[in-house]
Amino acid sequence: MFAADFRIILPEAILAIWAMGALIAAAWTVKDAATRALTWATAALMLALALWIGTGTGVDSAFDGSFVDDRFARFAKVAILLISASILLMGEGYMTRRALMRFEYPLLIALATVGMLVMVSSGDLIVLYMGVELQSLSLYVLAALRRDSPRSTEAGLKYFVLGAFGSGLLLYGASLAYGFAGTTLFSGIIEATADGVSLGLLFALVFMMAGFAYKVSAAPFHMWTPDVYEGAPTTVTAFFATAPKMAGMALFARVMFDAFGNVTGDWQQIVAFLSVFSMFLGAFGGIGQMDFKRLMAYSTIGHMGFALMGLTAGTGLGVQAMLVYMAIYVTMDLGAFAFIMSMERDGRPVTDIRSLNLYSRERPLVALAMLVLLFSLAGVPPTVGFFGKYYVLHAAYDGGFGWLAVLGVIASVISAFYYLRIVYFMYFGRETQPLDRVMSPAAWVFVVGCAAIMVFGVVNLFGVEPAAAGAAAALVN
Amino acid sequence: MDAGFLREYLPILLFLGLAVVIGLVLVLASVIVAVRNPDPEKVSAYECGFNAFDDARMKFDVRFYLVSILFIIFDLEVAFLFPWAVAFGDIGMIGFWSMIAFLVILTVGFAYEWRKGALEWQ
Repeated sequence: MFAADFRIILPEAILAIWAMGALIAAAWTVKDAATRALTWATAALMLALALWIGTGTGVDSAFDGSFVDDRFARFAKVAILLISASILLMGEGYMTRRALMRFEYPLLIALATVGMLVMVSSGDLIVLYMGVELQSLSLYVLAALRRDSPRSTEAGLKYFVLGAFGSGLLLYGASLAYGFAGTTLFSGIIEATADGVSLGLLFALVFMMAGFAYKVSAAPFHMWTPDVYEGAPTTVTAFFATAPKMAGMALFARVMFDAFGNVTGDWQQIVAFLSVFSMFLGAFGGIGQMDFKRLMAYSTIGHMGFALMGLTAGTGLGVQAMLVYMAIYVTMDLGAFAFIMSMERDGRPVTDIRSLNLYSRERPLVALAMLVLLFSLAGVPPTVGFFGKYYVLHAAYDGGFGWLAVLGVIASVISAFYYLRIVYFMYFGRETQPLDRVMSPAAWVFVVGCAAIMVFGVVNLFGVEPAAAGAAAALVN
Repeated sequence: MDAGFLREYLPILLFLGLAVVIGLVLVLASVIVAVRNPDPEKVSAYECGFNAFDDARMKFDVRFYLVSILFIIFDLEVAFLFPWAVAFGDIGMIGFWSMIAFLVILTVGFAYEWRKGALEWQ
């Protein structure tokens, strides 16, 4: 019995044991001299685990249903592990230049990843909260990694205070759900809501959704995002923008369908509200931003709005669209952040987009790759970003939310302004002092590689589509 | 309009209420809580009958926080261990090894803290 349970959580256990063992080993021996080796080893372990989880089949659950292993969980887990490994690989150059290669950095990323893997597999409110907290606590420390910089510590503290507030809302909702449903298991909650939702469970639903909205930085619970993105080291910002968002959206969908799947109509209107608010806040908020990292924060908020549009549909197609959209979004963001990490002048990082004036003359290939990525972020055809948007709009229309799709198109057009402005600076700006040529080979590979995916992915999206369809079918039945 | 129709829109109403309340609380807290009419007597630290020696906003050594955090961690550990010990006869080997795993993880954190010098006062 116990051995069978343990076999299901083995990937998570291996990663957790690796992080703890490496922490002790490094603390007792060479300390920060081991960071490089630890970074590569952790990334290699994550890739191996992604391969292992990706080849899994069937549906299984451990610990009396509180930990679920199905296609939906495996899709999200593979994505999260690939993102975390990518961040470790492409961020090494930046962390070395900024003298941030402490041995805790790869291990904190590993522990945050364990938390996310637990989140997407949760079948119980207690497991859910444990995953969320393991992820969040690691992320708070990562945000304040550069502890002698006021900006970074401010980001860490702000993230901690507001994140704890979000967790509090989530926990309050979870305790209400336990009180009114009499169980913390999702399978129990869905039985309790078989013939409609009671007022108490409705409050539970609303509070939990507010907590999830915090975690995926959907408006109106987005206020921490720009400050934290700006203050945290760029590698960490890249991590914030991708892996926790993937895990948060997957968790959002899992709770909505596994625990509240009988009362779809009750949460659809809230998700629709979050979606519209996020899309427009992301579109308008980014217009005034000249700081690339703050701009990416508003970009994230807007994209979360689109991903939530898929969830709004409340159908299998909607969940599939959400997963495809998130996969495309994280690829675009990884490429864009690999570029932002390499923006330096006189040995100091710069994030002002005006410093990119005429960048195309210095490094034409990288500028072209950024052009593709920014067009894709804006959703301009024929890039993959357009097909991501097409997918969610189609799902929303199909689910009876035609008005939402129309609003999505409008928000998308508005947000195109600030993406295209960066392209304008790169190609038609004024002459200024050029940026340093410090892009590490790994970062170069990610910028150009992600751009290539955005172009060549239009053929078949590299098989993400059927994988997402299978994952959605596991969740919605 | 019948009540059933309105009932359908209760979730969004609750959610909007929550969003507005949280937004307002965060924005207005500083307006309401902050001192708006300061005078030297009001803002000086309260002392029992004599003038304050110095500013009430003393800087505490960060080590005090470390000690308090360590206390909380081990306090919680006791809070877990106590019911575990009382129910020890009923929970079997899974209960035993679950707690051992918890203690090992806690010890890893403690050993790291120790090695990093968090327990030294200078």
